[in-house]
Amino acid sequence: MQAVTTTATTFDADRVFAALADGTRRDIVRRAMAGEQGIVELSAHYPMSFAAVQKHIAVLERAGLVTKARVGRRKVVRTNVEAIRMAQRLLDRYEQLWRDRIGRMSALLDAPGTDITGTDATEDMHR
Amino acid sequence: MTVTNVTKDPEALTMVTTAEFTATPERVWRLWEDPAQLSRWWGPPAWPATFTKHDLRVGGRSAYHMTGPDGSESHGWWEVTEAEPPRRLAFRDGFANPDGSNNDELPGTESRITIEPIGDGRTRMSITSQFPSLEAMQQLVEMGMEEGLKEALGQIDGILAEDPA
Repeated sequence: MQAVTTTATTFDADRVFAALADGTRRDIVRRAMAGEQGIVELSAHYPMSFAAVQKHIAVLERAGLVTKARVGRRKVVRTNVEAIRMAQRLLDRYEQLWRDRIGRMSALLDAPGTDITGTDATEDMHR
Repeated sequence: MTVTNVTKDPEALTMVTTAEFTATPERVWRLWEDPAQLSRWWGPPAWPATFTKHDLRVGGRSAYHMTGPDGSESHGWWEVTEAEPPRRLAFRDGFANPDGSNNDELPGTESRITIEPIGDGRTRMSITSQFPSLEAMQQLVEMGMEEGLKEALGQIDGILAEDPA
């Protein structure tokens, strides 16, 4: 296994967003994340022509999400994990937002007298 | 521990947060339904939310604003796409202009909430957040961070005010 050369790629959110907006392209990214994928083998997964799959790969390549390489006679693609990590980091921050909200929800459930509109007392009256 | 699980899928741009509460599903539903209670948890402490309009029925719209420490306001909206009290809720939310109209220049998200009893008087709530794009996610997170930063600065101001020396 040869070392993967890292090129200083700038993160172009517009291109990354446009590339990930398509289900086939997301699937290519997912498969090529587990390990390099031959382009011929990849194209067998999708109900479209080989040329169409190559076009999808070209869009992903321009967005910096995958890199193409030649291994012997095979052409392969690899996912640029760094770009996916960027998305992961964004999700990590969004996770904190919801953790904080749920913490406040929990505090409200524990605080007496916050549920004036539907107290347990009124529910009991209807039973 | 209230939050029990968080599953993130960066390729599909979704996040699922699961939490458990010692309360009935009806009680958890009212955290979402009652604008007074919702206002107390939706915004961060330094950016409290005020819901001026709220209707958790399919097609219903909500309007809210969050007020920052410097008095600036950030407006938002919800549009309910699914509502089955007290079990299911789905809504789109986004940013609004000060007049209440949708600000379509900024991205929105889609949230699906399920609420189910799990026995012993406990309830599980799961929230699935769907982002339209990575760019949208980035924009939303950066805006949230800005509020967080302002909040931290506000706390520093408070500490300085207590101890002028």
